[in-house]
Amino acid sequence: MRRTSAGRFLLAVLTWAAGLLFFAPVGWMVLTAFKQEADAHTRTPKLLFEPTLDQFRQVFARGIGPYLLNSAAATVVSCLLVLLLAVPAAYALAIRPVRATKDALFFFISTKMLPLVAVIVPIFVGAEQVHLLDSVWALIVLYTGMNLPIAVWMMRSFLLEVPGEVLEAAKVDGASLRSEVTRVLLPMVAPGIAATGLICAIFAWNEFFFAVNLTAITAPTVPVFLVGFITSEGLYWASLSAATTLAVLPVVIVGWIAQRQLVRGLSFGALK
Amino acid sequence: MTAIPAGTGRTRAKAQERRQKWSRRAPLLPALIFAVVVTQVPFLATVVTSFHSWNLLRPGSARFVGLANYAEVFTDSEFYGAALNTVVMTAGCVLASMALGIGLALLLDRPFPGRGAVRTLLITPFLVMPVASALLWKTSMLDPTYGLVDQVLRPFGLGGVDWVGEHPLVAVLIALVWRWTPFMMLIVLAGLQSQSGEVLEAARTDGAGPWQVFRHVTLPHLRRFVELGVLLGSIYVVNTFDEIYMMTQGGPGTATTNLPYYLYQRVFQGFDVGQGAALGVVVVAGTIVVAVFALRAVFTAVSGREAGA
Repeated sequence: MRRTSAGRFLLAVLTWAAGLLFFAPVGWMVLTAFKQEADAHTRTPKLLFEPTLDQFRQVFARGIGPYLLNSAAATVVSCLLVLLLAVPAAYALAIRPVRATKDALFFFISTKMLPLVAVIVPIFVGAEQVHLLDSVWALIVLYTGMNLPIAVWMMRSFLLEVPGEVLEAAKVDGASLRSEVTRVLLPMVAPGIAATGLICAIFAWNEFFFAVNLTAITAPTVPVFLVGFITSEGLYWASLSAATTLAVLPVVIVGWIAQRQLVRGLSFGALK
Repeated sequence: MTAIPAGTGRTRAKAQERRQKWSRRAPLLPALIFAVVVTQVPFLATVVTSFHSWNLLRPGSARFVGLANYAEVFTDSEFYGAALNTVVMTAGCVLASMALGIGLALLLDRPFPGRGAVRTLLITPFLVMPVASALLWKTSMLDPTYGLVDQVLRPFGLGGVDWVGEHPLVAVLIALVWRWTPFMMLIVLAGLQSQSGEVLEAARTDGAGPWQVFRHVTLPHLRRFVELGVLLGSIYVVNTFDEIYMMTQGGPGTATTNLPYYLYQRVFQGFDVGQGAALGVVVVAGTIVVAVFALRAVFTAVSGREAGA
């Protein structure tokens, strides 16, 4: 008995240690963001220092503002668009299955498996020709396409969980289709819609390949701002950490909120 | 009331049926059309472009060359190097993160104080913007003089290693494994938590020790989840671009150039659109093989659950 409880304690300690180890780079980043540059470059890790907001001020002075706005616009608009397209599609595939349901589901998921490099050439050339190069709208369209399969599959898995009796009851009550959808169905799957939106937001905010290749001056997003720090390596770690903290924070918080649904999104609704 | 002629009734019923069919399909159409326009049309354009010699720096240079671009791709030694790097990076990252993911999932799949908090800590690397994490790993983590990793390893006599400069592939892999371990962990954890308690209980009552239960009950049950994680992970990791762009720029030389980065160099630095397109088609062909298996895994997982529910 004693041995097992000691074993349990050791395993708990080990798990905590693993958790802290994996979190350490992020924790170190946040810590460094509040240091002066001199404190960020030490031969031994400096844990005690006088915290300062200087680095954040400097990052804003360097002009991260418009990048944050572009990222926010591309993320929010593409997520709304993806929900607008995916919720009705998932409804058609879950509640009132059409004959080609399996084909449609297969098609959506297969588009997610198409490597980005397979489509970047015509998208780059095409965006240039219709003058959408360096426009947030190009990113919005692409992020919507990128997240659509995840959203359709995730929403379908949420809709499948709605008990059939609930829908039947609404029909018997003589509720029309429209009110069945708006009064019964939507409130029931609202948490699912929110979770789907949050998962899509994570991927849109973090996206880099399209952003770096299709934007330049007016539309670049936060990850493109960070590219500027490659060249200044070794000199400005504290302000680099402040910039990455600002870039990373919104999505880490969103992900923590949506973590229960994260696995569902990552596995296209296959797991929960 | 007048009797409705039978013929009209039938047509009306048919019309109604047709209307119903469309009312069922209509909600699906916008998403379907959007997906076709954003993914299939560009891919077809890629295929067409791949048969042309076309450099963006010479407007009007596009002309049909048949399979010449493909011939060039397959005789290009850099292509084989990039393909090899892609395989090494993908296999290395997926296997290492799966091994770590299984270990962490097993540790998390038991009650202990602060379990929710540890789970939150462990998923964080997957949420961090890859560009930001790559930058952190390159500088404040792996720097040979001031990096945190060096400061931790130095007391063990392993200090002063220039990870990014001397072992670029290892450095990129460290960043990749850090990001993908939570992904694998979450999938395996979902598998562990879907185990029926009754079966485990029965095995224990039959006198099976913890190791035997793990070996004969848990592992076979996990197989499907491990497969799903490996396949989905491979499809995503093959496309790795952010870490390479930020940490090594494919170098030194071509030591860490994978196919996506190689294609990026061709198209956005060399402006050789035709070659880039041919390369893209080749990458797709390679991915399809993995994707077919991944699709099957997703469908088995979904239908297994729906049948069981």
